[in-house]
Amino acid sequence: MDLLTLLQVLDSTVRLATPLLLACLAGLFSERSGVFDIGLEGKMLAAAFASAAVAALTGSVWIGLLAGIGAAVFMSLIHGLASITFRGNQLISGVAINFLASGLTVLIAQDLFGQGGRTPSLIGAGRFEPITLPFAEALSGVPVLGPIYADLISGHSILVYVAFAMVPLSWWVLFRTRFGLRLRAVGDSPEAVDTAGVSVAGLRYGAVLICGLLCGLAGAYLATGLQAGFVREMTAGRGYIALAALIFAKWRPVHALWACLLFGLLQAVALRYQNIHLGGITIPVQVMDALPYILTVIILAGFVGKAIPPRAGGEPYVKER
Amino acid sequence: MTLMTKFLGTGAALALTAGAALADPALIYDLGGKFDKSFNEAAFMGAEEYAAETGGSYKDIELQSEAQREQALRRFAEAGFNPVVTTGFSMSSPISSVAADYPDTKFVTIDGYVDPSEHPNVLSILFSEHEGSYLTGVLAALASDTGTVGFIGGMDIPLIRKFACGYAQGVLATNPDATVISNMTGTTPAAWNDPVKGTELASAQISQGADVIFAAAGGTGIGVLQAAADADILSVGVDSNQNHLHPGKVLTSMLKRVDVAVRESMAQGADLETGVMMLGLAENGVGYALDDNNADLITAEMKSAVDAAREQIIAGEVTVHDYSSDDSCPALSF
Repeated sequence: MDLLTLLQVLDSTVRLATPLLLACLAGLFSERSGVFDIGLEGKMLAAAFASAAVAALTGSVWIGLLAGIGAAVFMSLIHGLASITFRGNQLISGVAINFLASGLTVLIAQDLFGQGGRTPSLIGAGRFEPITLPFAEALSGVPVLGPIYADLISGHSILVYVAFAMVPLSWWVLFRTRFGLRLRAVGDSPEAVDTAGVSVAGLRYGAVLICGLLCGLAGAYLATGLQAGFVREMTAGRGYIALAALIFAKWRPVHALWACLLFGLLQAVALRYQNIHLGGITIPVQVMDALPYILTVIILAGFVGKAIPPRAGGEPYVKER
Repeated sequence: MTLMTKFLGTGAALALTAGAALADPALIYDLGGKFDKSFNEAAFMGAEEYAAETGGSYKDIELQSEAQREQALRRFAEAGFNPVVTTGFSMSSPISSVAADYPDTKFVTIDGYVDPSEHPNVLSILFSEHEGSYLTGVLAALASDTGTVGFIGGMDIPLIRKFACGYAQGVLATNPDATVISNMTGTTPAAWNDPVKGTELASAQISQGADVIFAAAGGTGIGVLQAAADADILSVGVDSNQNHLHPGKVLTSMLKRVDVAVRESMAQGADLETGVMMLGLAENGVGYALDDNNADLITAEMKSAVDAAREQIIAGEVTVHDYSSDDSCPALSF
């Protein structure tokens, strides 16, 4: 494999990993606070639709982005209301979010545009264009490092850089701020947080809102960054892969980055090479598609380290009387 | 309570007689949805044409899940609709299990195959997709400057391989030195609606030198056509005429005249002739699209070459290998 091909595969990896990473960090905040969220898929889908629809109607991708975030935050609030305020089952609420998003997006899209649950193709300012970083042209002549900078690091849409910046930011928020400490505490032992006089519900709502914000970015990136419009069910299971990545990363931000990049790489390789020939053995493409899930099962089974979820995860908090 | 039962009974009786008296045709769309800008929408157009031409009416339903297939068939058959037209290969096995229970109802499966000796009241309409794809392959080979063309399929099923195989044969017959890169999006139904993967596959093929890409992938194809338009290369649409999606960037579309199939079977009504019908180039069941959007892309030489290929296939001078006949392809390995 020559350098150019390698760069193209890695470039594809970055594009494919970005929505995973944003959704994975979204799940990280939510689950660290003790609210399990299998509704990542639905929130991304809602955001993808809202961003594409509003960008198509207004012609501005930035207003579209805001609408996408708004839609995902709204879905998050439904999840929060059901699972925090009314102490419902978090998994069921998450599944409901997925179904709601899957149906609503197509219904509204059909009503607005009449194109079979699809938005019109976005043109010009309606989508995020790749941005060229400074000196990319000038440095592309430098051997090895030049093409890496010009092709791999430069030339993505702004949301990719935002996503990667979110990793250190999430780490800092979770592990270096008072809010982060309380957020982690509320996921492990909400009684302690409650005893200290801090609102458990308030913290969990905060986490769920951040989750909505990040899912909104992920969905908007899919529909207006990678694609030029919304197509029904266009998230195609990325929310679930993000959940797998979250478990794989053992609920830690920097590990989440590596997990998402690994899963992105597996997808990119699967897309680039249909069947991989290693010596006399041929690895079919399906193995690559299944690897993220296989790896997650291995991690969950405790063969490689141990994935311990936040202790109070999945349980609604009931104050003792 | 008795009054209620009476009302309900009368209502049900009325509904039944009303349905039986009509004998209107019914149409069941596959999971892709009525307005998929492709296969199912073509079926809808055909039904609308039937309604406009004959002044008749028809009932249609969009399936939401696999479980509804048999249910929808039985509902229409019991309400007296005749014929019951269905789209998509997935309908053939539900029809096989339902057809014997309603011997007076005619079922039509477009793209599916039901053994006529077992179920005499079923018409299977098949298309020679390999012949239509062959023509787009000829055009792609002539339009390509790099000598490398791509194919992107949706779910990896024999039907899609049939497209790929015909396309590759057309390309290689026109330019024996050409390279055909073929990729499938996935092995689950999600592969029909993943434009993000479509875009990535297209950019991977573009970076390997492809400058014409044929997408036979449903909603995933939207991503392929978009990526091709963004990279300023040509793409080929499928099923319906997709030339208008990116005018001047879509070389042509492989047309599958599902609309004709639906219109004709509806027009024949209850007297529909059953069996197996193969719609190929000769019957105008498949073809390539030429309209204002791609008129500048198809030169006079290309048009004469592709029309010559069409004539040769119809005359039997050129035989396009059908992948589904023996599950192998001489021009492409999967």
